[in-house]
Amino acid sequence: MTDTTQNSAPDTRLEVLKGFWRHFKTNRGAVFGLYFFIVLVFIAVFAPLIAPHGATVQYRDALLVPPVWMDGGSWNHILGTDAVGRDLLSRLIYGSRFSLFIGVVVVSVALVVGICLGLVAGTFRGWIDTVIMRIMDIILSFPSLLLALVLVAILGPSLINAMIAIAIVQQPYYVRLTRAAVISEMSREYVMAARVSGVRTLRLMFVTVLPNCMAPLIVQAALSFSTAILDAAALGFLGMGAQPPTPEWGTMLAEAREFILRAPWVVTFPGVAILTTVLAINLIGDGLRDALDPKLKRS
Amino acid sequence: MLRLILRKLGLLIPTFIGVTLTSFFFIRLLPGDPILLLAGERGVSPERYQELMVQFGYDQPIWQQYLTYLGNIFQGDLGTSIVTKQPVLTEFMALFPATIELSVCAIIFAAVVGLPAGILAAVRRGKTLDHTVMTTALVGYSMPIFWWGLLLIILFSGILQWTPVSGRISLMYWIEPVTGFMLIDTLLSDQDGAFWSAVNHLILPTIVLGTIPLAVIARQTRSAMLEVLDEDYVRTARAKGLSTYRIVALHALRNALIPVITVIGLQIGVLFAGAILTETIFSWPGIGKWMVDSIFRRDYPVVQGGLLMIAAIIMLVNLLVDLAYGLVNPKIRHTE
Repeated sequence: MTDTTQNSAPDTRLEVLKGFWRHFKTNRGAVFGLYFFIVLVFIAVFAPLIAPHGATVQYRDALLVPPVWMDGGSWNHILGTDAVGRDLLSRLIYGSRFSLFIGVVVVSVALVVGICLGLVAGTFRGWIDTVIMRIMDIILSFPSLLLALVLVAILGPSLINAMIAIAIVQQPYYVRLTRAAVISEMSREYVMAARVSGVRTLRLMFVTVLPNCMAPLIVQAALSFSTAILDAAALGFLGMGAQPPTPEWGTMLAEAREFILRAPWVVTFPGVAILTTVLAINLIGDGLRDALDPKLKRS
Repeated sequence: MLRLILRKLGLLIPTFIGVTLTSFFFIRLLPGDPILLLAGERGVSPERYQELMVQFGYDQPIWQQYLTYLGNIFQGDLGTSIVTKQPVLTEFMALFPATIELSVCAIIFAAVVGLPAGILAAVRRGKTLDHTVMTTALVGYSMPIFWWGLLLIILFSGILQWTPVSGRISLMYWIEPVTGFMLIDTLLSDQDGAFWSAVNHLILPTIVLGTIPLAVIARQTRSAMLEVLDEDYVRTARAKGLSTYRIVALHALRNALIPVITVIGLQIGVLFAGAILTETIFSWPGIGKWMVDSIFRRDYPVVQGGLLMIAAIIMLVNLLVDLAYGLVNPKIRHTE
């Protein structure tokens, strides 16, 4: 990733992508994670077509029905039903929409704002750099979940507010990464050349320098995608995220807590959904890091 | 060294002021009238409202309110709980040992399992053992710990009936808090079985809270070890004919530990976030559960004070880790 963007004809860009894919696919775990993720996106997009029942339809004659392989289970509710007779499988399928939505929104917001702040801090340095970085330090000196909880207490519990809170909490990592990358790029010759040839600052920041800072940011985006899903589920579990009857996985766990010993399946499956999703994304993240960042590749 | 300490402290001052500003504005940003929030949900008469306004200093300009707040903090006055009418600092101090006890046990558990696992994975690089350890570590790293806790409760408390579901000790015992650490207090109290009851209550929360640090430590140890095992002095040791055990234990581990220790230190923020969930699941009477309960009870002075204390502690620990890092690694001490 050096000066490729300077003379990026379409074919060289394709070369770069090909090279990246060659690296990426040597990591079997990452490829597996990617396939899993693609399937998950498919499920989320076509949820209404795939789900056997509605997400909030209550079957009053089928409360806490166990999964099909246990005694008393039926094919009508493959993973069983919860305490008010809602089909678990359908709720999990609809829930994938929320988790992916949370991940996409949080990462996009944190990434865009983080890149802008990091670019400003790294390009102009001086007092504005100090101010931005001190504010990031302040955010970082609170435990992320606690700060998110408090922000939600201020904004009021809802899925949107939980996403805003999580995006704010994840901000500092993007700002730090961008700033560090920008500072190291600024001393390169191609930046000097661009300056000398009269490129305006804004263009220098976003068009000349930024593309060369993307590698660590992409890796961070993958990792914070999974953190966002985990944090949103934790907020939902604590009653401060998505509110019932939303089929968000963490909220489902919170509702299921009192049936933990009577009906373990209502607790088990939402957690499995969270774990496998997060695991798949972390596998992708590890693969991205190995493929994009040769310095970290070592092992 | 002294210069380094002073420089780091100097960097902390603006951050600390920022933290106090955050907790100061927290109550003022909440929707609703701050006086009514502070007075609780019973509501107040207009005369009482005026009184409270003066008592809490809301009739003064905002910068003066902040200075008063700052002054109170330095005198150890973090406000008073609406629900219990106790000073926030007193409550914090009473509950803090429970959180420390749990966190220390969790970190010890994580280090005792994670270090050997990471070392073994590095030594057997590319073998089945390495893959198994790394896959397990990634699963642990991806774990929603609130769910993990519920699963362990289903298995160990529900099906096997080995461990209790919640609390710090069986209700059969009444332990006078001396140090606040249940493990020590039960030993001091001489009651039969009290210590084991306390241990039994600690096992599941320790595992749950320790899971993510364990995964991070295992991954970090492995990569640090791999880096060190490539170094010339390890090759020299090997060429001298030293046994693998000696090379790993004496030469490589010592150098690999430095980054690992930093990671353990940096886990404290993660640990606190984890403590919030773990304590809620196991009804562990510590700071995390206290904060969550206070948010739900709208006991905002407690949230405000707790927020400040927790941030201050995290900043302090990070400072100590930084300094310890400089102490063990001369390279850093001299370049700074």
